Amino acid sequence: MAEYKWPEESKRKFIGKRISRIDGPDKVSGRAKYTFDINRPGMLFGKVLRSPYAHAKIVSIDTSAAESMPGVKGVRIIQGPGTEIQWAGDEIALVAAVDEGTAEDAARAIRVKYEVLPHVVNERELEKVPAANRRQATEQTKGDPAGAFSGADVVVEDVYGNDVITHCCLETHGVVTEWQGANNVLLHQSTQSVSSIGGEMARALQLPAGNVEVKMDHIGGGFGSKFPVDRWGVEATKLSKQLGGAPIKVMLERDAELTVAGTRPSAYAKVKVGAKKDGTLVAWESESWGSGGVAGTGMPPYPYVWQFANQKTRHHSISTHNGPQRAWRAPNHPQACVVTMGALEDLAAKLNMDPLDFVLKNIEMTGVRANVYKDELLRAAEMIEWKRLWRPRGQGAVGSSSVVKRGLGLSLHTWGGGGHASDCDLTIHPDGSVEIKLGTQDIGTGTRTTIQIVVAESLGIARSQVKVLIGSNKYPASGSSGGSTTIGGVSASSRRASIDALNLLLEKVAPALGTTADKLESVDGKIQIIGEPTKSVTWKQACAKLGTQPLTTRGKHPGKESLTSAGVGGVQMADVSVDIETGIVKMNNFVAVQDCGLIIDMKTAESQVFGAMIMGVCYSLYEEKIMDDQTGRMLNPNMEFYKLAGLADIGNFKVHMMTGKGYDERGPIGLGEPPTVSPGAAIANAVANAIGVRVGTIPLTPDRVLAALARKGGQA
Amino acid sequence: MSSSDERRDAADKPQVSRRNFIKGTGVAGVALTIPLGADGRAGTGMPVVPVIGPDKGRITLNVNGVARTLEVEPRVTLLDALRNDLDVTGAKRVCDRGTCGACSVTLDGKLVYGCSVLAIDAQGRKIETVESLASDGELHPVQKAFVDNDGQQCGFCTPGFVMACKSLLDHHPDPTPEDIQMGLGGNICRCGTYVGIKAAVAQAATELKKTKAKGGRRNG
Repeated sequence: MAEYKWPEESKRKFIGKRISRIDGPDKVSGRAKYTFDINRPGMLFGKVLRSPYAHAKIVSIDTSAAESMPGVKGVRIIQGPGTEIQWAGDEIALVAAVDEGTAEDAARAIRVKYEVLPHVVNERELEKVPAANRRQATEQTKGDPAGAFSGADVVVEDVYGNDVITHCCLETHGVVTEWQGANNVLLHQSTQSVSSIGGEMARALQLPAGNVEVKMDHIGGGFGSKFPVDRWGVEATKLSKQLGGAPIKVMLERDAELTVAGTRPSAYAKVKVGAKKDGTLVAWESESWGSGGVAGTGMPPYPYVWQFANQKTRHHSISTHNGPQRAWRAPNHPQACVVTMGALEDLAAKLNMDPLDFVLKNIEMTGVRANVYKDELLRAAEMIEWKRLWRPRGQGAVGSSSVVKRGLGLSLHTWGGGGHASDCDLTIHPDGSVEIKLGTQDIGTGTRTTIQIVVAESLGIARSQVKVLIGSNKYPASGSSGGSTTIGGVSASSRRASIDALNLLLEKVAPALGTTADKLESVDGKIQIIGEPTKSVTWKQACAKLGTQPLTTRGKHPGKESLTSAGVGGVQMADVSVDIETGIVKMNNFVAVQDCGLIIDMKTAESQVFGAMIMGVCYSLYEEKIMDDQTGRMLNPNMEFYKLAGLADIGNFKVHMMTGKGYDERGPIGLGEPPTVSPGAAIANAVANAIGVRVGTIPLTPDRVLAALARKGGQA
Repeated sequence: MSSSDERRDAADKPQVSRRNFIKGTGVAGVALTIPLGADGRAGTGMPVVPVIGPDKGRITLNVNGVARTLEVEPRVTLLDALRNDLDVTGAKRVCDRGTCGACSVTLDGKLVYGCSVLAIDAQGRKIETVESLASDGELHPVQKAFVDNDGQQCGFCTPGFVMACKSLLDHHPDPTPEDIQMGLGGNICRCGTYVGIKAAVAQAATELKKTKAKGGRRNG
């Protein structure tokens, strides 16, 4: 009976080591093919005509001029007369032509008449949002917040917020779609859901699920925005059918990517939080609002991580004429973290307490992970030299000058990250080579690499002997890569498949070694009697005993015995400098201490955390989807004014991963989301510490920093 | 704003597309190089350049040492010609307007944004893309350094960064932090790989110096 568990630390050859990603050489040499790079024989280029209005009714569409242009092969109306458009950039029509320029000319030649309707695109100030755009507020009360506040010695009340940001994937959303015969579709799509979008497309086309083949070797970023089959993808496939099945490539233009391909919803809150003189937290109250577009948005988990016995929350979902929200790396957590940890930092300042001491004093209120947070806080404080550098709010941390003020801030976060469902087929060939197939995808997290590590470790062979095949829905299905669920799912299924396959192989080999399978082990390319390395056969000799029939096993997650779990904690601390004359915030140092259970590949795990911190610097200091009240359009749908951090903007970063006892035995837990949560709060708190006043809403742009300083007379 | 409007009026004016902008300036740029003749400003010894456009014209591009002939309109960028017409897809299209560097290639050894050069203007020049760096399957030291230091995640910005990094080290074998900020400041990564990239620059600089001391590398 096979036993499914992870190897002891002393026996691990690859797991937890620093291993370079296996598709790295393809990516650095331009060989890696992304959906955007797929060129098919006879391929047409599709371009989408989009609404210039945020809210309008389509009166008429005339495609005749476009259709008669040389090189134009087809025009398809996506939303026809009578349709009410709800955001600028929504799709009106799709054109397919022999080249991109012709397709763009043709899209531009389509004449559309609109009846323009009033729009609302900004919701930062709740009072200014028309009643029609507000849903009925939801309210929840726990304990006796009013009574608890009356017993508080110190109370802070302020407004905190997060503006809307976009995913800004470098590879825009898109497809290359074509028909193979009358009933089968080949779909290349930039997606986080290789295994599920085929069925989704098939439903839209009323085909059997198996008739849509999906392929994707590489994806240029997703961050939560690339799960579904989008309407333009379905329309392109329908247009392809009209055109005899010709392949059509539709990749969004950069402006459309930033306008319609997903946002992280805004989140603002008026917060009241109280404590006793000694720093004991007693009560929380918040009135929050936010918008993810027409559908509004739910309440982020306020108060974040901290479990108050007495609390009241009230939330308004606001409907706006903006492109819809999509999951954005750790949905709702970064926003809730900025609001909660900001208010707690302000409370600590008012109590004249070091926020590190304040957080440690109340740490039991974080629940089951209190000990993890405690260990991580102390480690992070050491890494950033908190006790040496930190000074009370407004005094400026060590190294401040009269113009450039330095500050330190901290935050903590959590995430689930349990593994998704995953099936895989592992085959040992008689020549000794091994391949594993599964319909997962590597969205840049190193999934390919981790699967290879798990299989090689489990079979006791070299990594180079293991071929990893992913990116097709013709392989056994694996879940979407979202919510940090991939590593738990694929590592568990591939570990089970490997253990089962090895056991079958050992049974074949045992007679030749005069023993039984349970007395054998596979180590360093040899199958040997446990404890007797001299009694062995090579891996190749062992596999030859399979004869002509390769050995294939199906691994599954979930399955017998638990190989993974859920729930992690992390702490981050930021050290910034703020120029009080220009309002510019500069990162000095930024440290992260993160737990994610058993780490499969230390190198790519650290990369995930560094990447999350850098993405965090982007959304804390630069990123903002700026909507124009007058036109209802996004003002910065490009990469010069939708700002991301560059190499010079990030400062010195340090990452420490929690490993060993208390961590490893929980199995691999997803890492994509958790370290993305804290940067906003840690950086905003560091700025408040530096300049002595809260800049309530991120991004902390120079104008906001200066405005905050102006409220206290321009002095830090 | 009127309650009923033509989409063309409202939408086109504020939205100057990069492609149309280049279409205008690019054609004008070509026109300036044509001997002007009758108006008396001609005959100044300017080279005669064949007029291409507005329809497609045949051009030859020297891409990674190979002469490639293709038919493009004058408005087509070098990046799009490489990707759409020649299937050389290492350079990526991301911002499509000279901000992010994902399309970086070299023209006669000088680093350029492929999205901001017209294909017709690249005639007669030596175009090198990321595909040219590895020789006989062996990664260039810059490429190897990106792999070793995990200076990549999704990898979509990586070819541009690799080209920018090689160009930086070609010109600054001992780059200062300021050189690195300048040399790679024109490239943007979304996954957040700058920590790995900084380490990769350091490793590549060291390796290239060692290689040079040993007598160089074919295309190093």
